[in-house]
Amino acid sequence: MKAWLPLLLRLALVVLLVAFVTSPGWFEPMLKPLTENNAPVIYNQGSLLTLTLLHLRTVLIATVAATIVAVALAILVTRPAGAEFLPLSRSLVNIGQTFPPVAVLALAVPAVGFGEKPTLIALFLYGLLPIFENALTGLTTLPANVVEAARGAGMTGWQRLTKVELPLSAPIILGGIRLSVVISLATATIGSTVAAKTLGEVIIAGLLSNNLAFILQGGLIVAALAVLIYDGLSAIERYAARRMGREAE
Amino acid sequence: MKIRFDKLGVVIAAIAAYAAFLAPFATFRANRIVPGQARSILEALPATAGPLLMAIVIVAALMALFRTPLMLRLAASVVALAALALLVGVAGTFLTPAGNTLARVSPASGFWVLIFAFTLLLADVLTRLNLSPWARVAVLVAAAVAIGLLLVSGAWNDLSILKEYANRADSFWAEGSKHVTLALGSLLAAVVVGLPLGILCHRVERLRAGVLNVLNIIQTIPSIALFGLLIAPLGWIATHVPGAAALGIRGIGTAPAFVALFLYSLLPVVANTVVGLAGVPRAANDAARGMGMTDRQRLFGVEFPLAFPVILTGIRIVLVQNIGLATIAALIGGGGFGVFVFQGVGQTAMDLVLLGAVPTVALAFAAAIILDAVIEMTATKRRVETA
Repeated sequence: MKAWLPLLLRLALVVLLVAFVTSPGWFEPMLKPLTENNAPVIYNQGSLLTLTLLHLRTVLIATVAATIVAVALAILVTRPAGAEFLPLSRSLVNIGQTFPPVAVLALAVPAVGFGEKPTLIALFLYGLLPIFENALTGLTTLPANVVEAARGAGMTGWQRLTKVELPLSAPIILGGIRLSVVISLATATIGSTVAAKTLGEVIIAGLLSNNLAFILQGGLIVAALAVLIYDGLSAIERYAARRMGREAE
Repeated sequence: MKIRFDKLGVVIAAIAAYAAFLAPFATFRANRIVPGQARSILEALPATAGPLLMAIVIVAALMALFRTPLMLRLAASVVALAALALLVGVAGTFLTPAGNTLARVSPASGFWVLIFAFTLLLADVLTRLNLSPWARVAVLVAAAVAIGLLLVSGAWNDLSILKEYANRADSFWAEGSKHVTLALGSLLAAVVVGLPLGILCHRVERLRAGVLNVLNIIQTIPSIALFGLLIAPLGWIATHVPGAAALGIRGIGTAPAFVALFLYSLLPVVANTVVGLAGVPRAANDAARGMGMTDRQRLFGVEFPLAFPVILTGIRIVLVQNIGLATIAALIGGGGFGVFVFQGVGQTAMDLVLLGAVPTVALAFAAAIILDAVIEMTATKRRVETA
């Protein structure tokens, strides 16, 4: 009974989220008391479903790009040829993380104009850091005997990388991707201040027109999305770690 | 002698060459809003200063390109950065027509990319020098003093970002103190609540997973959504609990921002307290027990001092994160440097964005360096004592 409860809760949250996004009208009576002067209850300047999908699309594009670049860079600095860059890249990651996402977002605007582009750039740049950091940790803390064994078995550098090093560090890299996605979901929300089409629009519209119902529905959808995605990625990470643990034996 | 290239130096020299020869050094605008005209280094500076800056950049880039002694690289990066900082102010004065108060001159992409390239060189040298914590803080203080002197001397007064500042000097400091109060106050509250909560979680195992899970969920909720979700309950409290409104609790403004930052801060503080306490060696605890120490004495005399560096790491995460997140508080009327960022975005006035973003980044950066140094000091002190 107890083991089922978390799964049931998650399922309920998914159903609620899908129901809210596809037919928000059902929930109108619940949010009605929050509005004043007959203001609209459900966001009326675009469908919640479209905004949710656009929000997710922005995060997906940025995360895929960030993953490819960050993992490639991490591989580069952990090869003998790139070893000179390793200490600096560590300090750069440290420095980079002190930049608030809002600043990155706002400063991308003069370079590329308003809209989805500055959001994608900010998401990409900010998403790089956790993935790079984790990929670096994963690739530099491999068990030495495994790497030696691979070398002893006559594997080439490329084979070692794709068959041993990357699979073994996959769980840690996935952890970085999860962090990156959570940050991206938040930054994408702020992206609507530079006119990107994301769910932040609903919250900002609510703040501007003093409409609590808008603020609440936007906040709830974004929060539920973030929690569910975080949860799902954690499950994938645990699965990968279990698989690697078994294969390493 | 064989000439050898430095791999990072090749990258830095390439970036510097692009920025010096191809990218604009400064942008001139007839007023605050119109699109700007690009000016290269030679166009933006007086007859002697332009070639001088070019020469400094070229020599510094060559120092980076070849394998040169660390101290020479350090000198090259510092001289190049200082020259850039000084001369960008000169460009401001030179490009602004005399008596024209509307014209704006701001550093353009070339300037920023050059700063980036030589900061990269400086960061690489400092990383390789492996400075002690005190030395790192000393470098930070020296850099802060240098920037402070440039600001006070008025060398940068003809740059657009400082003109934006001059128009808003009062509100700049008011928003700045609000920003710092928000970031530090929520950290303080999180430490006051988080430490006992962490100790409790360490002692009571059944509590641990539940508390950490809830805090984890809160951490994943995007900031603006959490701000929004707090507006409704805080608004309700303000209207229904007598005296709450008098205390400054309101639906929008500082209250929801403060509560949200506090909630975000709890996870790193609690989690690191738990991890730190769990990492206390069993032998130390047993010895303390054998000496007849009470639970309370053990906590404050043994466990807590040993766990301190780990707890401090949590506090560092919180502080850097809070300084960044406090910018978003401006969206719900909570003030802070974010006010300038979002005003600037609204007016497409990028210098105004910079006026909000630069101090935020500087604060977060300084906080990270200082706390990293403190963490390293407490950790090495411990190792010396136990050795």
